[in-house]
Order: sequence, then C-alpha cells, then structure tokens
Amino acid sequence: MRKVCLDTIHSLAHRDPRVVFIGSDLGAGVMDEMKQSLPGRFFMEGIYEANVVGMAAGMAMDGFIPYVNTIATFLTRRAFEQVALDLCLHRLPVRLIGNGGGVVYAPLGPTHLAVDDFALMRVLPNMTVVAVSDANEMRRLMEASLDWPDPIYIRLAKGGDKVISCEDDGFAIGKAIVRRRAMKSGHILFATTGVMTTHALAAADSLAALGIDSTVLHFHTVKPLDVDALLEHAKEACAVVTVEEHSLIGGFGSAILEALSDRLLTLPPVKRLGLSDEFASIYGSQNDVLEASGLMPAQIADTTAQLFNAIIEGARR
Amino acid sequence: MPLDERAINLRKLVVRGLAGGGRGHLGPALSLIEMLRVLYDDVLRHQPDNPLWPERDRCILSKGHGCLALYALLADQGYFPVEALDDFCKRNAMLGGHPEAGKISGVEASTGSLGHGMPIGLGMALAARMAGRGSKIFVVVGDGEINEGSVWEAALCAGKHALDNYTVLIDYNKIQASGPTADIQDLEPLTDKWRSFGFAVTEVNGHDVAALRRTLTSLPAGKPNVVICHTVKGKGVSFAENNPDWHHKAKIGEKEVSDMLSALDSYHA
Repeated sequence: MRKVCLDTIHSLAHRDPRVVFIGSDLGAGVMDEMKQSLPGRFFMEGIYEANVVGMAAGMAMDGFIPYVNTIATFLTRRAFEQVALDLCLHRLPVRLIGNGGGVVYAPLGPTHLAVDDFALMRVLPNMTVVAVSDANEMRRLMEASLDWPDPIYIRLAKGGDKVISCEDDGFAIGKAIVRRRAMKSGHILFATTGVMTTHALAAADSLAALGIDSTVLHFHTVKPLDVDALLEHAKEACAVVTVEEHSLIGGFGSAILEALSDRLLTLPPVKRLGLSDEFASIYGSQNDVLEASGLMPAQIADTTAQLFNAIIEGARR
Repeated sequence: MPLDERAINLRKLVVRGLAGGGRGHLGPALSLIEMLRVLYDDVLRHQPDNPLWPERDRCILSKGHGCLALYALLADQGYFPVEALDDFCKRNAMLGGHPEAGKISGVEASTGSLGHGMPIGLGMALAARMAGRGSKIFVVVGDGEINEGSVWEAALCAGKHALDNYTVLIDYNKIQASGPTADIQDLEPLTDKWRSFGFAVTEVNGHDVAALRRTLTSLPAGKPNVVICHTVKGKGVSFAENNPDWHHKAKIGEKEVSDMLSALDSYHA
C-alpha cells in the first residue's frame, strides 16, 4: 500500500508541476526514483515534523500540492498544532501520509501505534480523513487526491494487505462502497474502514454459514462521512456493527454513532468494535494486538452472532 | 532614538485600534513599528491594490500578537480603510486579536500561536525557488517567540537549503510577557546561535529607520539572513516602555486612550 502510494505520487508529479514530495528522514532508498528524476520537487528533510508541516503549508499557500510522508503518530500527535492551524485553518491542499496506521508497529510499542489518529484528525475543521482497504484502492485514492481542495490525512496500513477492492466500484472521496450486500432486511450492517473491512468480510462469510445475513459498507473516507449511505443501509438492518483499528473513543465508530444519533429518532442497536482506552501492553505482531482486542475475523463473527442472537431473543419476549 | 511624525502617526493608529477594541497588545506592537514601516515603505515589492500579485515579496508577522502594528501599516498602505481599526476585536470585525489570512487583505498567514511563521515562510521561500520567482520572504518573530522549538527546526532547515531569499527579523525588545527575557529564558549569545545555524547575522537599532533601510536593502547573499532588531517594548508611550504590564491590556477606556495619545504627542527620546 505504501509503495503504491509513493509510486503514485511520483507519477502524479510527472503529470502535474504542482506536486511536491516531502519526507521526514524516511530511510535509505525511499523515493529514490523521484529524487533522481524530479530533484527540484523532492525534499528529504530532517526529523522535525512541525517544521515539515509548516513548510508544506507555505508551499501550498503559493500554489504547490505537497505530499508529506512520515510515521503516522509523528504527523498527528507531534505536529498537531501545525496541522490544525497551518493546514486546516488555511484550508490548504496538503496531503499527510501516515505510515503504520493502527497497530501496524505493534513490536515497536505505544510510541508508534497510531490508535488515535482518526480522532485527532477528524476533530479538525476542513480536514479529510481517509483509510483505504488495500493497495488498489490506494491508487484510486491518490488519483482522486490531486484536485481535492482541502488537507487530507491518509492512513497507511501494513502493506501486502489482501486486495478486496474492485475497479468497478469507482472511487470518490466521501463516498462509501458496498462490499457485500445482504439478501434481505433484518440483517447486520457492518460499517467498516481501512483494512478492517477485510476482517469484516471474512466475519460476514462465517456469519452467513450460521444463517446470519450481513451487509459490509466500507467507508474509505472517515471524514466527510457518507451519512446518506449509512442511513440508507442502516434503515433495514437489525443492528449496526462498526469495526476499526483505532481507539473506541473519538474514531470511526464514534463518527457513525454521532451520525445515527443526529439523524434518526430511533437508533438501531450499535456495537462498536475497536481498541480499548489504554496504551498497548503487549508487543508481538499487528495480529497479536488485534487478537487481544477482539478484532480478528472469527472474534468479530462471534461478537456479532451474540449480538444478533440477543436481538432475536429480545424480539421473542 | 527620536521618533519622527510618521512614527508618531503610525503609533496613533495602533492606539486607535486599542480604543476600538478596548483591549489589545500595546507593547509588542509599538516595538515593531519601524521594522514594519521600513519593510512596507522601502523593502517589500508589493501592490496594495493587487494583494495576491504572485511576484510580490511576502511578509509574515509570526508574532501575531503584535498585529496592531501590522494593521496600522496595512491600513496606512491602503490595503483596507483605517476605519476598520475602530472595530478591532468586535463581533463582526475584520480585524481580530491575531491576524488572519483570507479575512484581511495583505495578511499572508494566520498567526497567533507562536513559532508558526518561520516554517511557513520557509515553505514560501522554497516555493519561490521552485517556481523561479524572485520573491523574497520576510518573517518577523518576537524574542519570546524564539523559545519555541519549531523556530529552531526551521532555522536548521533554512540553513541546509541556503535560502538567501529568506530573512528573519527578530523584535529583540528583551521583555516577554512575564518579565525580562534574561530572567525568563535568556537568549544570549543570540548572534552566535543564529550564525551557527547557517544564517548571516546583522544587528541593528530597530527604531532607526535609516539603519533598518540600509540593512534590509543590502542583505548578504548566499545564505538565509537574520536581522536582530534591538527595540524597546512599548516604544513611544513613555509609561508603557519596558513595562511588562503593558504587554496586553483588557479594559482600555477613554482615560487610557487619552493618556497614550498625550504620551505620544509629548514623546521625547
């Protein structure tokens, strides 16, 4: 996903003279091709994220479209005020590309886990927040990013993620995609983002074997949220289950709840699956942390089946 | 340093803003007047009737709390009517307590939280270089402001890129909100710090118009510049000079306004 993202920046830069790449000490060899072919618009800068974000703002004020890449926590936590004031207050077309979204960097510990990035970025006016499901969808996002007028935070996943997106889906920032459609009403609606869509799809397969039907609605854009699609699909559902690789406070599930609460008089049952309000206490792999948080496909299926059965049971009483 | 008639009149515009809002930062604005006056009168290539002229030089007031000085100069230059100062900080005013780009003609960047102007200006300087424009970028920072880490991040980066279209002016009035910079966070040896970051360093009396003009029109080439402007906080209003109590005032009434105007009229260096 990251390679596709960076390669697409390079190709965009060849097509459009406004495109600039800024990295913050990304490691040997990263974007070497662009460094060779477009050295004037390639910047490998030091480890000073506040400066890099402010610098990108200055370039964007004067007509350039900077794509800024470093580790997600350093962009969202360290440079938060620069993102808020320099980018969002000025509504500048700067793209922040955060490596290691969610718990990708599990072995590196809590300093590197971007588990609050949706919350931090989503709260900022004018910010767009995107977490695609796979490398192919990343390519479509990057093409769409070129002419988006506002700042965008782009969360990168681990890489090598299973490709579930289709060219036929098309891609528009802010438009959710139906990845799986229930056969009839009374189903479970999975509202998902990022690579958790893949986990939800697998869970949906398991649930189907138990006779539980589900729709999987993939929100590659966390903000602006596609509220119309959410309401349309929530209307016929018996429950909504949100799945995110993020703290349960302030992230995608919170956004879904806010939208449902603001727009509906009567809410369907909503179960939010995500990371609990604590710093990770284990290392291991991304999947180890996801498993400890109940976010692996079989766990999502189990939790959802319990919810579904409780709803059916309640309806019988 | 004596003040000429223009210096007094510009300061009276600052007082007009304070009177309009009944509040504001006096000391941090008055130390800036000559720096901004020389920039807008003699140094910047700019067109007040075409504020977004791409070839213009950019001036960012990074110490945004000194905005009344910037508003005075922009009004004086014709970017907007001076009457706007009478609405300073009022509910639907154009002019707020910190400058906002997009709202105010001539303001290049929204500032207020300290330490933002230098990285933004650095990006503008690199943009000018990429676009092949001759624009020069001037960033005005406060002495207290340069406590911020982002200032030194940008200084490192400007030195690396040898940006000779990038000039930082430091309003070195030696008093920050709580007291003397020497007590709160000593900056000395200041010239050594900037020189070691790759800047050409010039020191000047920040109220000496002729000296500022000479300095800012003959900056050394080949590297970024910093001009350390030795100034007096509250310059021109005797009771506010070097007085941290006049860093910011809320509740400014007719008497305070009258006292400030009298002090300006009777000013003797």
